[in-house]
Amino acid sequence: MSEPAPPTRDDDEADGATDATGESEPESESESESTDPTPVTTGASSVIRALENAGVEAAFGVQGGAIMPIYDALYDSDIRHVTMAHEQGAAHAADAFGVVRNEPGVCLATSGPGATNLVTGIADANMDSDGVLALTGQVPSGMVGSDAFQETDTIGVTTPITKHNYFADDADAVGDTVGEAFALAGEGRPGPTLVDLPKDVTQGGTDREPGPAETPKTTTPKTVPDDDAVAAAARAIEDAERPLMLLGGGVIKADAAEEARAFAREFGIPVVTTMPGIGSFPEDDELCLSWAGMHGTGYANMAVTHTDVLVAVGTRFDDRLTGGIDTFAPEAEVVHIDIDPAEISKNVHADYPVIGDAGNALDALSSEIAADPDTEEWREQCLTWKDEYPMDYATPEDEPLKPQFVVECLDEATSDRAIVTSGVGQHQMWAAQYWTFTEPRTWVSSHGLGTMGYGLPSAIGARLAAEDDQEVVCVDGDGSFLMTIQELSVAVREELDITVAVLNNEYIGMVRQWQDAFFEGRHMAAEYNWCPEFDKLAEAFGARGWRVDDYDEVADAVEEAIDYDGPSVIDFHIDPRENVYPMVASGGANGKFALSEDQL
Amino acid sequence: MSSEDSQANNSDEEIPKHGLQGPHPDERPHPTGRRNSQGIRIDPEVEAEHSPRRAVISALVEDEPGVLSRVSGLVSRRQFNIESLTVGPTTVDGHSRLTMVVEEPDPGIDQIEKQLAKLKPVIAVGELDDDMVRTELVLLKVEGEEPDKVHAVTDMYEGKTLDAGPRTITVQLTGDEQKIDDAVDAFRQFGIIEIARTGQTALARGDQATVPGEEPGTSGEPTTPANYDD
Repeated sequence: MSEPAPPTRDDDEADGATDATGESEPESESESESTDPTPVTTGASSVIRALENAGVEAAFGVQGGAIMPIYDALYDSDIRHVTMAHEQGAAHAADAFGVVRNEPGVCLATSGPGATNLVTGIADANMDSDGVLALTGQVPSGMVGSDAFQETDTIGVTTPITKHNYFADDADAVGDTVGEAFALAGEGRPGPTLVDLPKDVTQGGTDREPGPAETPKTTTPKTVPDDDAVAAAARAIEDAERPLMLLGGGVIKADAAEEARAFAREFGIPVVTTMPGIGSFPEDDELCLSWAGMHGTGYANMAVTHTDVLVAVGTRFDDRLTGGIDTFAPEAEVVHIDIDPAEISKNVHADYPVIGDAGNALDALSSEIAADPDTEEWREQCLTWKDEYPMDYATPEDEPLKPQFVVECLDEATSDRAIVTSGVGQHQMWAAQYWTFTEPRTWVSSHGLGTMGYGLPSAIGARLAAEDDQEVVCVDGDGSFLMTIQELSVAVREELDITVAVLNNEYIGMVRQWQDAFFEGRHMAAEYNWCPEFDKLAEAFGARGWRVDDYDEVADAVEEAIDYDGPSVIDFHIDPRENVYPMVASGGANGKFALSEDQL
Repeated sequence: MSSEDSQANNSDEEIPKHGLQGPHPDERPHPTGRRNSQGIRIDPEVEAEHSPRRAVISALVEDEPGVLSRVSGLVSRRQFNIESLTVGPTTVDGHSRLTMVVEEPDPGIDQIEKQLAKLKPVIAVGELDDDMVRTELVLLKVEGEEPDKVHAVTDMYEGKTLDAGPRTITVQLTGDEQKIDDAVDAFRQFGIIEIARTGQTALARGDQATVPGEEPGTSGEPTTPANYDD
């Protein structure tokens, strides 16, 4: 399939880490040679050197014709490569690895179908501002544009879904390009970057050691906010009667959870989060009203609806959060802290924009506020709403298993630092609603793009990024799980301690919920009663599997699965008619959340 | 299949009304919607609505392959309409200036600038003041039956005849948008066969820098990026 012969490796056996072989250009090895096991000889080896320089520990990918030189160079590297079953899995795993580590994750794919299979994962990372570096093989540059075998215009395809992408056309520069792409992915507002690597470039000879990874100077964001902007925002907060903090995913990415917690506690300001912001504030804290939005808590949405000064940090005001813009926080002046100036007044007008790093901005605001706002009455009000609209569910013994109960059991059986990943659908909402998150980077999910199938590959990425004593639980749905179930083979091969809890209602449940509410219960293509038996499938893959139908089996299965030191799957057959509430109708007012179907 | 029973429950009244406890939406206090479609809080005294206006945005970009498609792709996928787009090299090696005319309400124009500023090859972006110097070039091919009259109109608009044959005459005109529109109108009487317009290109007047932070071109120095300073 790939006609040019790969470059011959001089040391064809593993002959020791210090073996600096190769008759080519011995004079080039002077400075960096003392620590580097092998000198850079090709574009591919300089790419790998750039990754090593950037501190990359793991990469996820799938082999293929045009990426073979890169993989060949990886052979000599200490970077752990995890072969995934599908490139989409590689992108999601890299994404999740990055989320947990708070640094860009790396994925690799070959040209053409390999690159296009990455697209969903890259788009997902882009919507959630997750740093991901994607390296794609490309046909030799002389053949680019000729519709060659496995050729796709990867740059063209990925331009709208990357922070930036690079076509590497020079073997001497390719290492620096990859370093720059890595740095850019993690800088400021993180996001995915991609380097397309033609095979002749990665095979081409070079002795150029890549320099330190530097971001392009045209992209350096402002991290320290203007004094005037901070002062204006501080005045607004001082005068607030009903201030509310809205913490988005940016708080976690900026590593500013501590600053946000300190700020809220110092001034007694209640907190809601967005869904990506889950974990930025402990949900068991009295000030925390959990997350707002379409399926957020009633009390969070009441608070958003009635606040007079909304201090929004690191959020882009997605429509799943705001509902209808005209009814979103209708009485609030908005203080918007964000590192990306383009987010200011994009969806919701910011009366007090503060552009900068979230931690810096909150610290600056905190010292600028002279008089504490009087929030006692407002906090009381928020507590009243907590009582009025509790997050609860019925658990009659004779009814089928409730998904919320399963989530609570899993939460109880695991530590506070356990990492939860999820697919997309009803199960994702139940996991977000009924798991009590207290730490940043413990909730790994597909938010903006809503990618079904995100759960299992992201659990693999999270497992490799997590510390050994952190449990990793993937709460998945039957439909979502089936979309990337092949990655179970990877979890088995790599002996990853992951627990997959499938909330199986034999439906593509969120669609069924909407069909019930808005399409007269016409369940077109939403029935998934053709799903395989996941416990048996798990065993077929070499994992452990359980099937649970009743309440009294839940605790034992959960305990066994968590204890099992390897991938395990529990197929929870839940009430197929259970729906997710509260619910704000799409484009509706947040304060008019429905608590049952007849309120929609 | 074990789920047959649940599949049967399709009719409306059999779908159980699962849900949470709490007052009905209508029983809760609701402030009325006080933001407009652009998310701007409506001040009772000042209606914060914005009507579209025409803006000229100038961007200094690194002259790398694909920069034009990155810029135009970004603008179009965010549903902003480009009226015209011109691009060409500057005095600094590796820099190009891109001039874009857009018609959008103010928040949209602001977004275009900020989104452009985020692109890696974009060094600096700015909107030009009304007193900018701007011009457009147009080529017009008209029927050649009345060469004298065509020549007269061309003269009136300070144009230039580029080609005159027995059947067609092609003229070149430059000027601001209004002048070009007027000239095109004037040439209609002869029967216009083809038109090629370049779109506006513009520079700031006098000593002002066209984009924020731009150094005088004669220095040959690259411009300091200023895109993240508002």
